[in-house]
Amino acid sequence: MRTLLRLPIHVLLLLFGVIWVYPFIWMVSASLKDTNEFFTDSLNLLPASWEWDNYKRAWDVGNFQFYFFNTVIITITVIIIVLFITATCGYALGRYEFPGKTAIMLVLAASMFVPLEFSVIPVFELIKNMGLLGTRTSVILTEAGGGHVLFVLLFVSFFRQVPKELEEASLIDGAGFFRTFSSVILPISKPVMGSVIIMQFIWTWNSFLMPLVLTLSEPRLRTLAVGLYALRGENIVDWTGIAAGGAIALAPIILIFILLQRYFVDGMAGAVKG
Amino acid sequence: MTKSTAGLSSPATQRNINQKKRTLWWCYLFVLPNLIFYALFQGWPIVINWYYSTLDWSGISSNKTFVGLDNYRHLVADPYFWKAFGHSFLFMVSTVPILWLLSLLVAVVLNNPLLRLAKFYRTLFFIPVITTTSVIGIIMVFIWSSDGPINFLLTRLHLIEHEINWLSEPGMAMIAVIVTYVWKNIGMNMIYWLAGLQGIPRELYEAARVDGAGPARTFYSITLPLILPIGLVILLLNTAGALKVFDLVKTMTDGGPFYATDVVSTYIYRYAFSSEMGLPSLGYASAAGIFFAFSIILVGLLQALVRKLASGRDTKGVA
Repeated sequence: MRTLLRLPIHVLLLLFGVIWVYPFIWMVSASLKDTNEFFTDSLNLLPASWEWDNYKRAWDVGNFQFYFFNTVIITITVIIIVLFITATCGYALGRYEFPGKTAIMLVLAASMFVPLEFSVIPVFELIKNMGLLGTRTSVILTEAGGGHVLFVLLFVSFFRQVPKELEEASLIDGAGFFRTFSSVILPISKPVMGSVIIMQFIWTWNSFLMPLVLTLSEPRLRTLAVGLYALRGENIVDWTGIAAGGAIALAPIILIFILLQRYFVDGMAGAVKG
Repeated sequence: MTKSTAGLSSPATQRNINQKKRTLWWCYLFVLPNLIFYALFQGWPIVINWYYSTLDWSGISSNKTFVGLDNYRHLVADPYFWKAFGHSFLFMVSTVPILWLLSLLVAVVLNNPLLRLAKFYRTLFFIPVITTTSVIGIIMVFIWSSDGPINFLLTRLHLIEHEINWLSEPGMAMIAVIVTYVWKNIGMNMIYWLAGLQGIPRELYEAARVDGAGPARTFYSITLPLILPIGLVILLLNTAGALKVFDLVKTMTDGGPFYATDVVSTYIYRYAFSSEMGLPSLGYASAAGIFFAFSIILVGLLQALVRKLASGRDTKGVA
């Protein structure tokens, strides 16, 4: 009886679920059609011809081979930097008392109210004055920039509850501060690291405004998010190629999310609870 | 073993002090990198933005002329700025309540422990959140086009008679962007709400059931009061997010048609980085940014005030 009552809920949820993923299914099917079929039969989700050539065109002619490579390099480097600076910061703040600690916490917390978007012009000028305009480094630095207050707080609250004896044992064994951190503390903080990695991955992979501005004069350094926008600007009629480019840009992130979604959901939930 | 006995003698105390000092240095060294990234890319921009906003400056040559408040004067005299300003707030006012309520509804349904496949549905609703907004914006250009799926569905359901050119009709483009934004972000809110809902002890629900309370009654008397604090955080996040919207508008409509979806962020972009207005004017764009940031802060303060008044009434009610 109760299962029967729940049937309408499932029907409704499934209906909305389909609407929610429909654009992605549409995109993949469009990326496999030939141009003719795309315009005459755009709503049919099963392509008649399976044109893998669209992918080849986006990859070679559309320069997605460069965009993909750029995005991977930038994302991985940014994750490593952010992981390192937030874990060390969170360790010192969560574990030790030192003069100025409260002030640092307050300054970091204040950054939550500063929209990064309004800093585009100053950051652009800063990068220009550093002589980094037109380099991949510029995108990496700006993407790793900011206070990362959420990540720092995740590490702080995690490190706070680690028993003190763990480090003391290591210190007595003669390991220094850094050794203790890297070989005793860091390995047990894997759950937090997982959250940081997946969240930063998604943010950097999807970032648009800063990479757009920084690669205006250097098209080869575009990321996927910027590259598809550029492809559409340059070649407005090649819709099947655009759909293929979109699929190339989204496939890795959807895949990684589905594999690691637990960490992401935990991190996000921590953001709103903290 | 020898170490612990040595701990009592005085050279060891000296070593202890040294070690404490060293630890202190390590602490500063550990917080430094994050602070540098923070100072360079978040702190410095706030400071220097003020200065930039007083300059007549294209950013291409090093020619900077101090013009005082001229940029602000031009800004408040520009009808296009006010149009963009209005659109930003219209966008916020129309997306935030829908996002807030609809996601709560979804979360409450999915939070039911007896519901099968809840995890599967959660993943479905969450996929738009993690995908690249600029890519979505471009795909949406077709989804909303006159022979795209939206028009097909609406004509099939006889909700509209003729296909609508959503993105090229000034009155319709904003609706399309708003619906897309809600579709994209609802999953984010859902996760926030679920985090709140899962913090409510199950015993409370059982007690309510024993007392004979129905689902509606349980929701109003138990769920709602307990998740309201998280609801306020969500409200704040949604408001800030909606006012900052850029990627979606830029890629879906680029502020068009005829500036009908132009928001402050696309307005700023046009003056700072696009060639369609002639030479860029970085000073003017900075002034627009600061002006808007202050408007947002004002909204935040108003929200905090309302929150305070509301909670003041609450505690009175309890007492």
